[in-house]
Amino acid sequence: MTEATMTPTKPNRFGGFDFKTAGPAIALLILCGIGFALNPAFLSEGNISNLLTRSAFIGIIAVGATFVITAGGIDLSVGSMAAVIAGVMIIVMNGAVDTFGTGVTTVLIGCGCSIILGIGAGWVNGVLTTKGKIEAFIVTLGTMGIYRSLVTYFADGGTLSLNYDIRGVYRPVYYDSFGGLPIPVWVFIVVSICGWLLLNRTAFGRYCTAIGSNESVAQYSAIKVDRIKTMTYVIQGLCVSLATIIYVPRLGSASSSTGVLWELEAIAAVIIGGTVLKGGYGRIGGTILGALILTTIGNILNFTDMISNYLNGTMQGLIIIIAVWLQRGDWGRKTKTD
Amino acid sequence: MPDGQSINASVLAAEGVSKSFGSVPVLFSISMDIRAGEVHALIGENGAGKSTLMKILSGFLQPTSGHISLDGAEISLPPNGQSEALGVVLIHQELNLAEQMTVEENVFLGRELRKGATLDRARMRDTVAGYLEDIGLEISPDSRISDLSIAQKQMVEIVKAISRDARVLIMDEPTAALTEAETALFFSQIERLRDKGVGIVFVSHKLAEVSAIADRVTVLRDGQWIATQKASDLPPDAMAQMMVGRELSDLYPPLNEVDVDAEKVLQVQGLVAPAVKGISFDLKRGEILGFSGLIGSGRTAVFEAICGLAPIEAGTVSAFGQEGGFRSVAAARDAGVVYLTKDRKEKGLLLAQKMRPNLTLFALPKFLRGMRIDGKAEDAALERAIRRFDIRARDPNVDVGDMSGGNQQKLLLAKVMECDPKILIIDEPTRGIDVGTKQQIYHFIAAIAAEGVSVVVISSEMPEVIGLSHRVVVMREGEITGILSGDEINENEIVRYAAGLKRGEH
Repeated sequence: MTEATMTPTKPNRFGGFDFKTAGPAIALLILCGIGFALNPAFLSEGNISNLLTRSAFIGIIAVGATFVITAGGIDLSVGSMAAVIAGVMIIVMNGAVDTFGTGVTTVLIGCGCSIILGIGAGWVNGVLTTKGKIEAFIVTLGTMGIYRSLVTYFADGGTLSLNYDIRGVYRPVYYDSFGGLPIPVWVFIVVSICGWLLLNRTAFGRYCTAIGSNESVAQYSAIKVDRIKTMTYVIQGLCVSLATIIYVPRLGSASSSTGVLWELEAIAAVIIGGTVLKGGYGRIGGTILGALILTTIGNILNFTDMISNYLNGTMQGLIIIIAVWLQRGDWGRKTKTD
Repeated sequence: MPDGQSINASVLAAEGVSKSFGSVPVLFSISMDIRAGEVHALIGENGAGKSTLMKILSGFLQPTSGHISLDGAEISLPPNGQSEALGVVLIHQELNLAEQMTVEENVFLGRELRKGATLDRARMRDTVAGYLEDIGLEISPDSRISDLSIAQKQMVEIVKAISRDARVLIMDEPTAALTEAETALFFSQIERLRDKGVGIVFVSHKLAEVSAIADRVTVLRDGQWIATQKASDLPPDAMAQMMVGRELSDLYPPLNEVDVDAEKVLQVQGLVAPAVKGISFDLKRGEILGFSGLIGSGRTAVFEAICGLAPIEAGTVSAFGQEGGFRSVAAARDAGVVYLTKDRKEKGLLLAQKMRPNLTLFALPKFLRGMRIDGKAEDAALERAIRRFDIRARDPNVDVGDMSGGNQQKLLLAKVMECDPKILIIDEPTRGIDVGTKQQIYHFIAAIAAEGVSVVVISSEMPEVIGLSHRVVVMREGEITGILSGDEINENEIVRYAAGLKRGEH
């Protein structure tokens, strides 16, 4: 066949590919090395456990964001969504005390409420994007504002506090450990495994990737594009509700400053992990590493006086830009062969 | 017909121009000249090399051999539209206007007039208004492009060309998207330009129009120059005759006769859908039904409606005796009706992914074991597809976008065949692939039909439709103008039906 010879030979991409998969892991190892060099207490059991627990919120939300972004969407509303869910949970649980007392039932009612709200809010984002044919960026920018103002309104500009007795019952969900690992870390692990299986082993995950790569191809391949895209937002909402469930017992309160900038941290974690922002390629494993990297930066800054802790955002910003720059370098090499 | 102008000297000429893409030759030593103040029509079937020739004449492509001369002097035209500076302007079929900007801004885009540091809007507006008046186009220089009709946009492109002092205007199917009234207006403006001494080349498939407007006609066929004649000496029928008339070789597999009693697997009655105006036809088991017609005649739209990709507005579709069309592509697939798109890069394949996910994407439910995708079954399917369709990739892990067009097309065929269809609709089965692979694909199609699958082949390449089909449906402007069978299936007949010169009872 003559045409076989016409396609340009592709340069060996092994190095690039390898780097791309392992990149986030290498970055995390380097960060840990720096942390240890600055202060050996960085690798103490207590600190590692603390670091993992703090990663859990962003990590869980970022797993959901991986689906949305892989399918070519974006969800900016997750931080506000977490805040409003936390607020409503607290109101519902406080209200349920009269009927159900301060026991486990009330906490379960709160959690159930959180899950329903999360799924509902995700569904709204999804339907407005697909059936409403409005850009995901605009839809979720809108709902971000709505949720943020709702939580401020519910808290009347102040703070919603959980009934003190329920706090005692609910507290272990954040503070207790099981088999040496804090409960939030277990939730993170379970969500990650489910997310990985869903993205890499099921038709749903394959469809997300296909839609993110090229929506027309997906449509012509009998994929129900609107349904799958809506599902990604529902998964995102579910992840937000799970993160909120483990977040509420930490402080036992919600205010207008709850979850501020979580959407950006979640998106950053996804992108640092190697998922492509314009969709079509998603990596749950990378997302988890991305979330760990972001938390580790903050943690290291806490440990050292060299850089002010106030510069946490600067360091995170730099890491995000470098990560995306490295990704671009790789894509650039690929398109040259086209 | 302004006879006196035929003695004008040629402005732009191609002399013995040949062009090959890789090892595939597409033009063979073509000579053509364009004179000042003439309308020169370029006609030929799809794939005859018209577009390539136009691109060479305007510098977008360089000839492999031969040369271009401007005002009698040999010249190498600069690439990427820079030959506009020499007065040679190509107007693409897809117009090149900034939709959200005004007419004036578009005309002066990239070479705005300035007064000091600011734009001299008044002068630009006046200049554009002058051009618009000259050409007889009643729109304001401040109109936004997105508010204009297609014909008006086309005229804005032409104004843009005039404002650059175009001496040769080359237009790719300028009337394809115009209504009859718009075409008439467009032609009156073209005549004004001609009278001003601009040389105009235009490509059209509408032979009646060619007769009406052109001074001279050049016919291409299979990359060869066939003739250049005065349009007045060449009636549309003669043009059609010259465009076609080639021997069919064993490029095509022998046809299996369809059983006369074979069941009708697909019956369409009075189908109305976007760009489809009430068409009826049926398809028998094991039959290959060709769909011919010009680009934009609604062939693709018919099958997008049938396969659940576009809404059905009226009429009935019944597949396998079941009334009612399909509400989704998935429903059509599950019933055994699949559509293979003509646009393999945009709608067919995920170019950034590997062969395996591409192959199984359409038929993915078949590869599920519970919730999980069965990777082993996928691997087996890929191995089978590579063997059955002779897909040649350096290794199975190559990105599909890096494969050659022919191998992509085979993979696309394999992808839809994974659904085990009973009705296979193939839109442009061999677009942009070389003749060797074409032949393979024709044989695959014949083999698929021989297994009892009914195949619809939509193609703009007439020999392909003729060589493959048991019957041929010809469409024009959303309607069926003829359904041909047996000896009626020849290029002359099809061209007549497609160009609207003949209309059958059916």
